[in-house]
Amino acid sequence: MTAVNEIPMKQMGLEKDGRLPVVAIDKVYKSFGEHKILNGITLNVSRGETLAVLGRSGTGKSVLLRLIIGLDHPDEGSIRIDGQDIAALSLDQLGDTRKKMGFLFQHAALYDSLTVAENVAFPLRHHRKGMSRSERCDRVQQLLAEVGLQDASEKMPSDISGGMQKRVGLARALALDPEILLLDEPTAGLDPISSREIDDLTLKLQREHQIASIVVTHDLFSARSIANRLALLDQGNVLIEGTFEDLRQSDIGFVKEFLKQS
Amino acid sequence: MSNLAQTEIAAVRTQFPSPRSSALVSSAAKVVAEFFEWFGNLGIFAWQVARAAVTPPFEWHELVRQLDEVGSKSLPLVALAGSAIGVVISLEARYSLSRFGAKSLFPATLVYSVIQVMGPIITGLVVSGRVGAGIGAELASMKVTEQIDAIEACAINPYRFLAATRILACILMLPLLTLAADACGLLTGWFAQSLVEPLSFHQFIESGFQGATFNAFLPPTFKTAVYGLIIGLIACFQGMRTRGGAEGVGRAATNSVVLASLFLILADVVLVKFILVVFP
Repeated sequence: MTAVNEIPMKQMGLEKDGRLPVVAIDKVYKSFGEHKILNGITLNVSRGETLAVLGRSGTGKSVLLRLIIGLDHPDEGSIRIDGQDIAALSLDQLGDTRKKMGFLFQHAALYDSLTVAENVAFPLRHHRKGMSRSERCDRVQQLLAEVGLQDASEKMPSDISGGMQKRVGLARALALDPEILLLDEPTAGLDPISSREIDDLTLKLQREHQIASIVVTHDLFSARSIANRLALLDQGNVLIEGTFEDLRQSDIGFVKEFLKQS
Repeated sequence: MSNLAQTEIAAVRTQFPSPRSSALVSSAAKVVAEFFEWFGNLGIFAWQVARAAVTPPFEWHELVRQLDEVGSKSLPLVALAGSAIGVVISLEARYSLSRFGAKSLFPATLVYSVIQVMGPIITGLVVSGRVGAGIGAELASMKVTEQIDAIEACAINPYRFLAATRILACILMLPLLTLAADACGLLTGWFAQSLVEPLSFHQFIESGFQGATFNAFLPPTFKTAVYGLIIGLIACFQGMRTRGGAEGVGRAATNSVVLASLFLILADVVLVKFILVVFP
């Protein structure tokens, strides 16, 4: 059965290589009061692809991620996840769509009344009802091992560093085996070794599980190593989109300045 | 200045009010608009919570945790407040009744005062202070640190998981806590009286509840479920709409207690009248 808000593939605009964009952002505008944040932004991300979104602070990168997962709503334009316009989804449908996505918040947003392991188990407890307690514990340990925190499972979020909190947040985002990963500054506040571990993990997920990722970052080294494409935002719109080489060869003054300063 | 000129000036002033008075009018209009906006948002919030509460999946685990948080952890404070009321009413009632030669009415006075009047309202105010502030601050803190967004991003309805469970816990626990406060009040009231004039507990209870019907005691106890609804709803609403950092959290906690206590007292007026009419 076709959902009411599902649209034909042709209208969604397939990628050049014929892949279906799992996230299709089409002319999205967003303002908060008088302050315009996004100004008709258009971006697509396909399965197994990682898009790094770069830009100065306050250019709406985090807002873009919040719009994709439905925490905020665009003023104009549409965001389609697997062809479904999320603005047109009912609460239940939106819930089902969110289960396909993993979101790492900029400041991790761990539940401070739960331990590290309970934080990672939280989505599993709610959405994997058939999972036994031991299966859940094994899955949590596996996820914590992937982010290198298997020894911190009983600690409270307040007892671990900001970088470790971020890794727990990533483990939580991966708990439901998402098809789409939204990472807001995943390497900010991490030491170089942990940053590279997170990058390697993102690459591994991209290769092995064909996860589509959108990574908001200021870490150009990280963006270059994990992303297939980079999009540089300026004044609420995409100034340039392409590979790192495309950005490097650009004649646009802001792009040159941004790469130089980064 | 001629009378004609003064009349003209007055007419112009009426047509074009001074900037000061127009500023007053616009700020008054803003306050009125905010007042109605607050109630409108509260109504929308209550509807969203009610809808989330009656649709599965139900958050039993979280509800049990909140029952413990609201019930067991408030019990010592409520028991202490109830005990203090019992002693105060005992002291006051004995003195007043002695003046009118009606000392034999002491047990009934104490029983009716504690169970019908003081027990419910004091329990409500104590829980409003402890639980209202706690829920307001906890949810506000979760809101400003994006924990509520994280719950939503995990495809979990925060109205169901956070608000409905807390409000239900308040509704279910308030009558039970009221019974505990009543029991402590009666016990300490009797004890305070016995120190002055020995009276067996059996005699005290028999005399106090003589001729009493369920209608006299059940409605005042169960009306506290409405207090629970008010406390839970307002605290969750204030917490989940918080903006700003630590200042916003503090404001949410304070507003939760102040508004919940205020609405609780106003509700008491309405409920007392309602009970008198429905259960004469």
